[in-house]
Amino acid sequence: MAYLNEIWFILVAVLFVGFFFLEGFDFGVGMSMQLLGKDAHERRILINTIGPFWDANEVWLITAGGAIFAAFPHWYATMFSGYYIPFAVLLLALIGRGVAFEFRGKVEKASWIKAWDWVIFFGSLLPPFLLGVLFTSILRGMPIDQDMNMYAGFTDFVNLYSVIGGLAVTVLCLLHGLIFVTLRTEGDLRDRARKLGKRVLLIVLPVLVLFVGVSIMETDIYTVRPIITIPLTVLIVVCYVAALFFMKKERDGWTFLFTGAGIMVTVTMLFTALFPRVMISSINHTFDLTIQNAASGSYSLTVMTIVAISLLPFVLGYQIWSYYVFRKRVSGKEPMTY
Amino acid sequence: MSELFLARFQFASTTLFHFIFVPMSIGLVFIVALMQTLYVVKKKEIYKKMAKFWGHLFLLNFAVGVVTGILQEFQFGMNWSDYSRFVGDVFGAPLAIEALLAFFLESTFIGLWIFGWDRLPKKIHLLCIWIVSIGTIFSAFWILVANSFMQEPVGFVIKNGRAEMNDFGALITNPQLWVEFPHVLFGALATGAFFIAGVSAYKMIKKQEVAFFKKSFQITMILALIAGLGVAFSGHDQAKHLMKAQPMKMAASEALWKDSGDPAAWTLFANIDTDKKENSAEINIPFALSYLAYSKFSGDVPGMLTLQKEYEAKFGPGDYIPPVKTTFWSFRIMVGAGMLMIFASMIGLYLSFRKKLETNKWFLRFMVGMIAFPFIANSAGWIMTEIGRQPWTVFGMMTTAQSISPNVSYGMLLFSVISFTTMYLILAILLAYLFIREIKKGAHSEEDKDQKDETDLSTDPFDGGAYHGIS
Repeated sequence: MAYLNEIWFILVAVLFVGFFFLEGFDFGVGMSMQLLGKDAHERRILINTIGPFWDANEVWLITAGGAIFAAFPHWYATMFSGYYIPFAVLLLALIGRGVAFEFRGKVEKASWIKAWDWVIFFGSLLPPFLLGVLFTSILRGMPIDQDMNMYAGFTDFVNLYSVIGGLAVTVLCLLHGLIFVTLRTEGDLRDRARKLGKRVLLIVLPVLVLFVGVSIMETDIYTVRPIITIPLTVLIVVCYVAALFFMKKERDGWTFLFTGAGIMVTVTMLFTALFPRVMISSINHTFDLTIQNAASGSYSLTVMTIVAISLLPFVLGYQIWSYYVFRKRVSGKEPMTY
Repeated sequence: MSELFLARFQFASTTLFHFIFVPMSIGLVFIVALMQTLYVVKKKEIYKKMAKFWGHLFLLNFAVGVVTGILQEFQFGMNWSDYSRFVGDVFGAPLAIEALLAFFLESTFIGLWIFGWDRLPKKIHLLCIWIVSIGTIFSAFWILVANSFMQEPVGFVIKNGRAEMNDFGALITNPQLWVEFPHVLFGALATGAFFIAGVSAYKMIKKQEVAFFKKSFQITMILALIAGLGVAFSGHDQAKHLMKAQPMKMAASEALWKDSGDPAAWTLFANIDTDKKENSAEINIPFALSYLAYSKFSGDVPGMLTLQKEYEAKFGPGDYIPPVKTTFWSFRIMVGAGMLMIFASMIGLYLSFRKKLETNKWFLRFMVGMIAFPFIANSAGWIMTEIGRQPWTVFGMMTTAQSISPNVSYGMLLFSVISFTTMYLILAILLAYLFIREIKKGAHSEEDKDQKDETDLSTDPFDGGAYHGIS
């Protein structure tokens, strides 16, 4: 099969696009625990809006990791060992968040519930921030040597650009999550989610402008493939302006569509700028990891392509079905599972 | 402590901790699915109560299994990047398939099951829990495909200094896989069965909801016996295969320094001296090792010193003998625990048959203690398998020392080792606390909810009227 390496780059990108779209809103809902939920009952409603979904959404990230391992072993090895501490913190956050959903409702004590609510908040805030830092610093370039090993210092991870990148991803997820809440709740909670959503959107727009500005200075996003990345950037802005428009009309479904599209186009743009590289070396561009030098052999890629193409439609099918089954709003008047 | 030590410590602690929950989940969800099937077929409320009560405990356990599993998948890249580069082409594929095929199934259908009691028609809801069960079995299969490659590398060529896959069929028909997979599955079933039996025994001692827990106990005792015998027979197959594929591990698990002679005796106890490379005292059972290795009462088994010479000739100078004491004793602990499990399930069935179960306090107390033994056997089994393979990560191809990430510093490792082990400790304490709480509450706390369920039995998901249940 031809273009195997390209196909796998696209598949990995698709998995991350899916991940940020899906887990994006449940990270946002997790953050809204402390920003929107007034009491334990409201926070419980918020958790139950993502109750049946969050676990499957997180699997998109795990699958992306697995796909990178199988298709681009060097990318997997360089990235996970290079970003050792950020990944360790990310994992701790995801572990805490995951058990929090299950443990929270098991003991009816205010202090117990409160503690888990904070775990969910930080467990939902840290991952999008860290992943934002990860992707933007990859685009900026990291100190990768001729053996593909990355030896990065603190300022390689934490600098103006990566912090703005982390912030951008975080607010995009928060906004997306708030709009999801408007779709899954009723009454006062839904009204307040709309109101807060509007305010967050007014932060999103300048953050995006700032992000684009710093990207022009710090990366080659707009020089390496401007014919695609510039229109995509315009499209991102269009998405959020459209979201603002529908938000004012209180058309929640349409708003959600556009905050989701905004996230998806953003991730797509980052991957488009990265292509055909997968990790950029700040030492020397001959040390860059690409879809060619980081990849598995063609046999293995062929096998994995067949497996992925035959399984993905089913995965999408039953995930969509589960959203259909749980389409009714969570009112809080009936008993809740979590 | 070196970086290698810390990385190995982290791998061992993560894997052993993760593997407390994995077999328990695989076993419990299968039994819960059986109980729910009984409910749907026989339409008796007691089975629904069973599925719900044991299902609650399963979910607590499952949550910890899932989150520690993410770490399990990412730590190959984090701590073992040179390993990942060398084998990623072969080893990454089963991991990716595991995520695509198993993790998506499990996570989506567990959500449908938890939240779907009043949303889905009974049979569809039952199907959901079976799909979760199948998902956990798929997951075990694909991760064991990956592990079997480490024990017995097949289906690859060395190209550009790394292993590249050239035969996917060979990976999934790896003979090592087909002795390992049934062994792990039966072990998982035993873990779930003895957990339910032990908790039920505790409740019977306390004389709480005796009818409910007696029934749970009886269902699981049959499964426990099947599982115990399955573990033993598949274990025997594995030993026979080990003889051919990794004779050094076999010799180490027997603390057999020199060739055994024909017929080979099985060592029950040995005082092992790894410096002098000999045992100062042994208790032997004649013929038994020949039987273990070849299913007949003759045949000799090569010793470690002979194999060391062979391996030096084949792989160059080096120490190819794994930590003998650990391998030897973990094997004996595993086998001992397994035997005890078979013994316990036989008595349990006999007493149930004679209707003497709930009056036999000493046996019930014994069964509470038995909860621990499948866990001990599972851990000991993996310790034997993985430690016995040392010094290799991929047998005959790559050593553990060569596998480590060169760019991860001592400080980073120390940070992650400390933070993760602290996290495991906290999770273990919380989970134990929640388990005890739920068990003390008992199954009758389900009744209030069940009575409510009675009123909305027509739960067609396509009927808008059905959407007034739990959300």
